[in-house]
Amino acid sequence: MNCMSDCDMLLKQVFLTSFAVDDVVLYLDTHPLDKDALNYYYYVADLRKKAVEAYQEQCGPLMNDSVMDENCWTWLQDPWPWEGVCG
Amino acid sequence: MWRYEKRLQYPVNITTPNPKIATFIMSQYGGPDGEMGASMRYLSQRYAMPYKECKGLLTDIGTEELAHLEIVATIVHQLTRNLTPEQVVESGFGPYYIDHTTGIWPQAAGGVPFNACEFQSKGDPITDLVEDMAAEQKARSTYDNILRVITDPDICDPIRFLREREIVHFQRFGEALRITQDNLDSKNFYAFNPSFDIRKPC
Repeated sequence: MNCMSDCDMLLKQVFLTSFAVDDVVLYLDTHPLDKDALNYYYYVADLRKKAVEAYQEQCGPLMNDSVMDENCWTWLQDPWPWEGVCG
Repeated sequence: MWRYEKRLQYPVNITTPNPKIATFIMSQYGGPDGEMGASMRYLSQRYAMPYKECKGLLTDIGTEELAHLEIVATIVHQLTRNLTPEQVVESGFGPYYIDHTTGIWPQAAGGVPFNACEFQSKGDPITDLVEDMAAEQKARSTYDNILRVITDPDICDPIRFLREREIVHFQRFGEALRITQDNLDSKNFYAFNPSFDIRKPC
């Protein structure tokens, strides 16, 4: 397996944008009236949506309702998260 | 309900197995200050929480802790791949291996199995949030202890991420406690349980 594939790059974007969402969500839970934080949430949530779409189109489903291959149940394709990129 | 996303919250790619370190790190899976106790604590405490900010925070941090549980399990799994029987004996991994081979099972570093007494769900928002703040600090101390005895950057990197999240969660729970205390009024300045002692019609 090529450890520096396009899919690794696309997955990295999913990691980065998803973490930004995870972090600002917790902040907004305790600061629901912070407009700057809300704007940042919309900004990173949109980036995450695009990153997830780009990954899923090229590399396979991240969610089990996002299988796109009409001929193959790609949800089962390796690697699983615990196996590592080079597993 | 929950939906599974087929990725870790933070990547783990360990190239060199190390079963001795695995016996240390597995404590953050099922040990006294581990991620299993953390996720069950917050997700269980939600039902007695009267304030919307705190209901949301317990849900979102509890969910993140499930992702941390998966990260810790992944580290232990990758540290115990492709072991020889000789490595098992020499590393001190033997007692775990005899009972679980290299399967993932929740126990403390010292072998004590996980049980629900690792956390409390007291039905009192002030009590629960103070426990939550302490829990985040205890988990942070455990990650500090782990970081002092590991040198492999493949392991240090995700452990540092998990440690940082404990600090962020501690901060957020502190804010949740402030919000809870701000909701107390002159009729309850002795901070009796605002979840049980104050009756609210449906």
